[in-house]
Amino acid sequence: MNTFTTNMLLVYILAAACFVVGLHLMNSPATARRGNQVSTAGMIIAVIATLVLLIHDGTVTAVGWTVLIVGTLLGSAVGLWSARAVQMTAMPQLVSMFNAVGGGAAALVAVNDYIQAESARGGVLGTTTVFTVLDVIIGSVTFSGSIIAAGKLQGLITGAPVMLKGGRAVNVGLIAITLGSAAFMLTTASLPALLVVVLGSLAFGVLMVLPIGGADMPVVISLLNSCTGIAVAMAGFVINNWGLIVAGALVGASGGILTKLMADAMNRSLANIILGGFGTGDTAVAAVVSGDAQIRSIAADDAAIQLAYASKVIIVPGYGLAAAQAQHGVAELAKLLEDRGIEVSYAIHPVAGRMPGHMNVLLAEANVPYPQLKEMDEINPEFPRADVALVIGANDVTNPAARRPGTAISGMPILDVDQAQSIIVVKRSMGTGYAGIDNELYANPKTSMYFADAKKAVAEMTAAVKTLVG
Amino acid sequence: MSTALVTDLTIFVLALLVGIEVIGKVPATLHTPLMSASNSIHGIVLVGALLIGVTAHTAVGYILAFVAAFFAAANVVGGYVVTGRMLKMFRRKAAPAAQTAPAQQAVQEQRQESVRS
Repeated sequence: MNTFTTNMLLVYILAAACFVVGLHLMNSPATARRGNQVSTAGMIIAVIATLVLLIHDGTVTAVGWTVLIVGTLLGSAVGLWSARAVQMTAMPQLVSMFNAVGGGAAALVAVNDYIQAESARGGVLGTTTVFTVLDVIIGSVTFSGSIIAAGKLQGLITGAPVMLKGGRAVNVGLIAITLGSAAFMLTTASLPALLVVVLGSLAFGVLMVLPIGGADMPVVISLLNSCTGIAVAMAGFVINNWGLIVAGALVGASGGILTKLMADAMNRSLANIILGGFGTGDTAVAAVVSGDAQIRSIAADDAAIQLAYASKVIIVPGYGLAAAQAQHGVAELAKLLEDRGIEVSYAIHPVAGRMPGHMNVLLAEANVPYPQLKEMDEINPEFPRADVALVIGANDVTNPAARRPGTAISGMPILDVDQAQSIIVVKRSMGTGYAGIDNELYANPKTSMYFADAKKAVAEMTAAVKTLVG
Repeated sequence: MSTALVTDLTIFVLALLVGIEVIGKVPATLHTPLMSASNSIHGIVLVGALLIGVTAHTAVGYILAFVAAFFAAANVVGGYVVTGRMLKMFRRKAAPAAQTAPAQQAVQEQRQESVRS
């Protein structure tokens, strides 16, 4: 190892250290921005070091440079444009698309390496073939799976689980063919076998995500994020680059932890989600609360009276709020109430929105100061003191049925909304949440239902409060 | 098993453990930005795409190198920009009743930001 190569390795270690420190700084909202900057600096260092390495090498052809530079610049432009243009509510889709391209790039690195080595030496490639195969499989599955996941969230593909006839048999067949070809590659260098592995993995990614309901998509995206990390680490093994190994492993581990946190908060096991559980997507199914439970509905004026004369209001935002883009309206209503000296806080369930923490981002976008956003454990003791709990587009996370055993959501941590003095629920219909069960909260004598789209309902209530207090 | 491979595996396993340790403490508030941040970190694959892309000498090789560089660059640039955009919104502000001048200014800046974006 000459001095130059050693120096380059040291630079990669510096970059890797930046990633670790950057992630560590994301522990608190106060330092999170600096964390991202440190991480960005690490990335810039790594890319510049790579360019220096290539220039020093001097073996790159003119065509090679053109291809790489044009590719990088075009990709950067597309990435920059989509990051600037994206709506905050569409964040999960964008993360999913970045997963797709990241996984795709990782797979292509291995494919390219395999093709070069195969033509150069025409022989078997030794131990790295294991990593090549793993990289290609994980990367390709992530690529196609992430595109399907993004399509589902964007509404381009139905959010409902798509069950193909004989899907299970097809899956088993695909896995068998893919793993068979992969095993063959370990003994014999073969480009057709590589092609079979790529196509098999791509098809498997599609078939894996299609049967999963839209409500479970955030967990799937987090899992695919983790997978992309692992694929990148595998690419690091293939080309023997520590920067890729460290960064990929970091992402793989972080994505894994996040996925587990998310699945825990929804009281679902990962196996349950992937193998297709009760997830039925977020489509509102017309259903009626069973039995002879009385449902009271409420109009804007009555809701406004309750809100305007309360001394403490807790807002419980859910996916319905995000879907209706009502976050700005809610912030306005909250401001109006605060100006009257009413104490307003937001109860954020760990899985409110489309990803954990997504609701925080949406409300932050609407200029809600983050100290007002209370996490579940912090806000639950406050519900008995609240005059009004205003539930907007949240369902399963407020269902008291979770406290009893024997229901689909038993054991899921919930917000103690039913402890509030009175409860207003804004909801489009009596449809069930992803768990597909009736919400007992709605039958509570303290609860009034406000049937409307979240954005419309919030605007009506704001107008009514304004008229009321002049 | 070669020494280089053992070294690589050591680094891989230790980095996994560091990843678990560093992430375990992040509050739920920051989970979405965190996912986005880790998402941009796997954009390091751009380095891999460049390193392997230069070994290409055939038409197929060039096409693969081009697509890999394109994908990886979109991942890394988009990931960092969108994470930064998200984190910019997380600001602690004074309560409206006791709003001070700097807080007002922060609100102003944020409004401008939301107009721009």
